Amino acid sequence: MPDTVKASLMNEQDVSRSLMRISHEILEANGGAEGLAIVGIVTRGDIIAHQVAENIQKIEGSAVPVGTLDISLYRDDVATKISPVLHRTDLPFNVDDTTVVLVDDVLFTGRTIRAALDAIMDYGRPNAIQLAVLVDRGHRELPIRADYVGKNVPSSYGEKVMVRLKPVDEVTDVRIIAADPTESDAAGDALPPEIDAITGE
Amino acid sequence: MPSIKSKHLIRIQDLTNDEIYAVLENAATFKEINERPIKKLPTLRGRTIINLFLEPSTRTRSSFELAEKRLSADSLNFSASSSATVKGESLLDTAETFDAMKVDMVVARHKYGGYCNILADHMDAKIVNGGDGIHQHPTQTLLDLFTIYEHFGRIEGLTVGIVGDIYHSRVAGSLAPALASLGATPIFIAPPAYQPDVPEELGAQVAYTLDEVLPELDVVNLLRIQGERAQGLYVPSLREYSALYGMNSHRMNNLMKKDAIILHPGPMNRGVEVTAEVIADPRMLVLDQVNAGVAVRMAVMYMMLGGDGDVE
Repeated sequence: MPDTVKASLMNEQDVSRSLMRISHEILEANGGAEGLAIVGIVTRGDIIAHQVAENIQKIEGSAVPVGTLDISLYRDDVATKISPVLHRTDLPFNVDDTTVVLVDDVLFTGRTIRAALDAIMDYGRPNAIQLAVLVDRGHRELPIRADYVGKNVPSSYGEKVMVRLKPVDEVTDVRIIAADPTESDAAGDALPPEIDAITGE
Repeated sequence: MPSIKSKHLIRIQDLTNDEIYAVLENAATFKEINERPIKKLPTLRGRTIINLFLEPSTRTRSSFELAEKRLSADSLNFSASSSATVKGESLLDTAETFDAMKVDMVVARHKYGGYCNILADHMDAKIVNGGDGIHQHPTQTLLDLFTIYEHFGRIEGLTVGIVGDIYHSRVAGSLAPALASLGATPIFIAPPAYQPDVPEELGAQVAYTLDEVLPELDVVNLLRIQGERAQGLYVPSLREYSALYGMNSHRMNNLMKKDAIILHPGPMNRGVEVTAEVIADPRMLVLDQVNAGVAVRMAVMYMMLGGDGDVE
């Protein structure tokens, strides 16, 4: 079944403007780019992290180190589902005494960020970790909040907030995808197929 | 869909080609983790793994043990001398005893081929074969494939010579069918007494003279010659074997392809199947294989004990 797009939230320009504002806010809050490192969570946080770093380079004229982080091995649900293929984690700087700005596309339950915090701590002891996200859609299950937010998007739990970014996607935009009725709780209560066959319905 | 469909890893054929490549890709990530100052991951917290090694083993057991520890699994070691098998306990009773302890995985090595199948039939735990008799040694094959893949960037199309006591080798028993399935050409190179009865069943070609086929090989995998049981029985003398099939600097520099690599599952008999000069050469990748072993075993355990592979 094709995804049903409920609403289009951001286009390419909106995303670009949000990331520029976030880049300014990061510099403002930290008094410049000194001692900063940007770390994106694969796969799309990674793209945003590089964009933010590029913006900071333009604004300040100084390069900040950029890293990528795969949190698969730190998830709290490894027993039920795992990533088929792991991505490489690459933090090309010393984490100790650095202010790490963690970047992801969507902030939802907060569990990914919890895993990312543990992953970064395994590399060293940063001065501080801050969080930047393109979209905050609510429904937190852990006491985690973002320091920099592109757009707050009220959503219902079953809906998907889908961020597409070039170059891994064909376009750059943010959309809400309606809840898939076959995946909802109601569907979970439905009779399994073999029972349907017995009743003949 | 689970990332490894088979419940157990007893034969290398338990993995599809896609699964083998997924293990190799993931192992590359675990290899990076093994370079970090802090090598521990919380991934398999609370999982229990028993290492049941009823035949002597140094590198395989310590490699599995390190992989388990680095993934935060709880592991227990049983060797032949410390287990109740020396008191006469049957294989079946051992299996049922461990099953009653509610373990998630058993890594087993035994001198009899098929031992892991007995465990699998009588236990709920997942079984990983750490080498059973002269049958198979699938994680050794995965680390061999990883080393080859990392060096050449491909496996398909390569010609791999496996030299030595093929008949008694579980290393060859796993590696040859995997290579054949992945589109490489395995060749068993050994005197007739060391050749298996039905080499084509393992997907391999047969050659009796190393010097004839060496120029065609991309990979030369040397097997250990078990001196104590070889001499006089399978080969007239170790010196003769060494002269005809041993890898020495003359063969390496004059007959072998310049960009070929040499592998050995270890432990090596210096002066028998391989000389000290060859061991010191950068084309000899035995330590890369040991390094890959931990990463490959981490990948296997992660993929077998983790849940469905459907995370976005």
